[in-house]
Amino acid sequence: MELHDHGLADLRRLLQKKEISAVELTTHFLQRIRSVDPQLRSFITLNGENALVQAHRADRQRADGSTQALLGLPIAHKDIFSTRGLRTTCGSRMLENYIPPFDATVVERLEQAGTVLLGKLNMDEFAMGSSNETSHYGAVRNPWDTRMVPGGSSGGSAAAVAARLVPAATGTDTGGSIRQPAAFCGITGLKPTYGRVSRYGMIAFASSLDQAGPMARSAEDCALLMDAMAGHDPRDSTSHPQAAGQFSAALDRPVRGLRIGVAEEFFADGLDSQIAEQVRAAIAQLESLGARIVPVHLPHNAVAVSAYYVLAPAEASSNLARFDGVRYGHRSQHADNLQELYQQSRFEGFGAEVRRRILIGSYVLSAGYYDAYYLKAQKVRSLIREDFRRAFAEVDLIVGPTTPTPAFALDAKTEDPVSMYLADIYTIAVNLAGIPALNLPCGFTREGLPIGMQLMGNYFADELLLAVGHAYQQATSWHLQRPDLAEVQG
Amino acid sequence: MSWEVVIGLEVHVQLNTQSKIFCSCPTRYGAEPNLHTCPVCLALPGALPVLNAAAVDKAIAFGLAVGAEINRRSIFARKNYFYPDLPKGYQISQYEIPIVGRGQLLLTLADGTEKVVGITRAHLEEDAGKSLHEAFSAETGIDLNRAGTPLLEIVSEPDMRSPSEAVAYLKKLHALVRYLDISDGNMQEGSFRCDANVSLRRAGEPFGTRAEIKNLNSFRFLEKAIEYEMERQQDILESGGKVVQETRLFDANKGETRSMRSKEEANDYRYFPDPDLLPLVLEESHIETVRASLPELPDAKKQRFMEAYGLPAYDAGVLTSSRALADYYEVVAEGLDAKLAANWLMGDLLGALNRSGAEIESCPVPAGQMRKLLQRIQDETISGKIAKEVFDVLFEQGADVDDIIERKGLRQITDPAAIARLIDEVLAKNPGQVADYRAGKDKLFGFFVGQAMKASQGKANPEQLNRILRERLDQPS
Repeated sequence: MELHDHGLADLRRLLQKKEISAVELTTHFLQRIRSVDPQLRSFITLNGENALVQAHRADRQRADGSTQALLGLPIAHKDIFSTRGLRTTCGSRMLENYIPPFDATVVERLEQAGTVLLGKLNMDEFAMGSSNETSHYGAVRNPWDTRMVPGGSSGGSAAAVAARLVPAATGTDTGGSIRQPAAFCGITGLKPTYGRVSRYGMIAFASSLDQAGPMARSAEDCALLMDAMAGHDPRDSTSHPQAAGQFSAALDRPVRGLRIGVAEEFFADGLDSQIAEQVRAAIAQLESLGARIVPVHLPHNAVAVSAYYVLAPAEASSNLARFDGVRYGHRSQHADNLQELYQQSRFEGFGAEVRRRILIGSYVLSAGYYDAYYLKAQKVRSLIREDFRRAFAEVDLIVGPTTPTPAFALDAKTEDPVSMYLADIYTIAVNLAGIPALNLPCGFTREGLPIGMQLMGNYFADELLLAVGHAYQQATSWHLQRPDLAEVQG
Repeated sequence: MSWEVVIGLEVHVQLNTQSKIFCSCPTRYGAEPNLHTCPVCLALPGALPVLNAAAVDKAIAFGLAVGAEINRRSIFARKNYFYPDLPKGYQISQYEIPIVGRGQLLLTLADGTEKVVGITRAHLEEDAGKSLHEAFSAETGIDLNRAGTPLLEIVSEPDMRSPSEAVAYLKKLHALVRYLDISDGNMQEGSFRCDANVSLRRAGEPFGTRAEIKNLNSFRFLEKAIEYEMERQQDILESGGKVVQETRLFDANKGETRSMRSKEEANDYRYFPDPDLLPLVLEESHIETVRASLPELPDAKKQRFMEAYGLPAYDAGVLTSSRALADYYEVVAEGLDAKLAANWLMGDLLGALNRSGAEIESCPVPAGQMRKLLQRIQDETISGKIAKEVFDVLFEQGADVDDIIERKGLRQITDPAAIARLIDEVLAKNPGQVADYRAGKDKLFGFFVGQAMKASQGKANPEQLNRILRERLDQPS
């Protein structure tokens, strides 16, 4: 087993026992990124030199007796998190040369826990996409089959973790952007309860839906990251006062006696039969671990995608107004007046999918359409919340597939946005409700593509999700499978 | 049948908090451009707003002072539009549910009558930055120091019916925000800005189409702009035309308004609740805490001045028109003749301030000196007439009242023998007039008073002078 095949928790033990140093680890992963990533393009910006400086510091601190939780462990951030002094593009041409003067809270907290930052990960432009094909920095490839997409928008994070380029990464999830790529790439990813992880410094897509979370090899690794990431942040007004948690400490909670809900709505037409089969097998596995399976209903899940594609673009159209070419970001050289400066800078700086969503969002907020679209979608959102409230009165968790299909081929859906939007049909309701959900690898298709199952929990059930995920992974080995990737000379 | 003007005002009051409404940058005016900025007010990607509690309390104080309902739950919304000095591409404001609901303001008009003007609402919002055109040729500079400064926008009902009523409303509001210490009210620096909605109608008919006039940063401009607008609209209506609903800008140099944009060109602001900020929820106990900390308000103070000092309504109104003037008066009048103090402040002091263009806050005469001056009148050290001379010195040069009286030898002559001597000299110099007076020409008495007062260089005690003069003239020679 090579160094990069270890997960975060393993590497932590090796570092603690001083069997390896942070510098060795960092050097190894940087080397692996250079040799493997050219075929995946999961990184946008490498933090090579600085990562080694951080690793040296970590080793010194360990020698001095520091016991920081994640000391010396290499990670990488989705390029949506502001990193002081390190380019942050959000996958867009708009921010090709933008270097933030401050760190996102997530970045700050993980740095304070002792992590070493290897670089910034590719993503769909402004997190708008489900395939990572909208990135200005090139589509990311799925490590299990490089003809396939890795999912999105945190596709770079998922691909890099799956390809063992980094033991763990951060992602963000607005409608499934952690869970869907985690499913496509066969890794574990948590979308926490809205408000548990600070949004400060995370470039906003849809503020009421965006939530940062961990993406790693296992639930145990995700818990380690959550211990550091979660917590109240006075700089984010939507951060929950009781956001912090003891995620690793809660991992050993038994599955026995838990009531796990299964919503038949998630197994309806349009679900790939191999996925249905594997997810049902996983449910049986949970049952064999002592869980009681209870049918539940989520009647409004069917309209979640429609409501989402009103609300998310509405917020995005306003959130992205700051990219105007005036203070930072792309400024067109072909403008003769203010109006043209706005139009040209934004036309040149944003890709087609971002422009499409700004248009949709502006439209649904316009005078005369607001009630019919925005307000109605908010009502749907309330109904979806109510669905979950009712379901969680009966069960502790709900389980189902994460995606309707396994990873699809590059370019298969780029011409048909609606089919692309439907890739998030099982994940979106979770964001609308603000509840936590976890993707767990639970099998492979006959073609060798990963399959993910989604565990959904009530507000603040993040710890429970990770504990159940951990129990499942103790009993199974899907999360330990690794893609066969050739090293090339980078 | 004549036209009736209908006026409603929207006033933007800059709240005098230490820091901006959604970040901790200072709100100080006059710094080097873009010095007071941070990721939040520069709208860097990922930065988020956090509401300043002090701005909320100032809004509550205002609401309580105008008897308005304070909404226990209000919502911040985004007003979306592009402008270079609007960093986020939207302004955070309150739209559907503002913090302050319906209230009212009581005006005392020039003729002494009272009028109630309704306040529709007041809401919290952030100010934009400034575009600088002067210092750059063919380019525009952006200064974001002001971006994120807290504003309270106070919207009146269309209750005013003349330019002078509008001015009276604005002045009352101006006094109120300064009483409450929620704004410095500095109109030159833009801390207190006014837009006016003006329309005409025939009395009793429904409201006519209104024009909104922007950029009215003085009481005089407000009056001028409304007057101009009334004439403009009247000309249109009387020539059979229709007033267009539009936004107009007041040009202070030309004294006229001109069209900025029509209703059709108006922005669709696409308001929606700001997902970065939770609804603002206020506990009743918190509102009561703010209520308990309110200072005495102008109307209550005026009433107290009338009762405690026995002042007429007019005097009490003038003296309580600003908190600083009222405080000044209370220091001066304590234990003295209240009406004398009122006359001196309203006449001499305000006159001098007016002539020098100063405000009571920067009055060169400290209240203690003003008080001493009036004490010297009351204890007959100087006469009222001499006191005016002392006041002029005090106002122009400062120093202590007693020092001025001593240095200039202005102490009143109260020694009967000295006054008698002065009178005897005057009588001796004017034997003819003395004879005429004694022959019955009573009017000459005033002549002798004048001569004797002149001989004393104005310092003779007037009552004594009168009494002794009469004694001397009436006694047979």
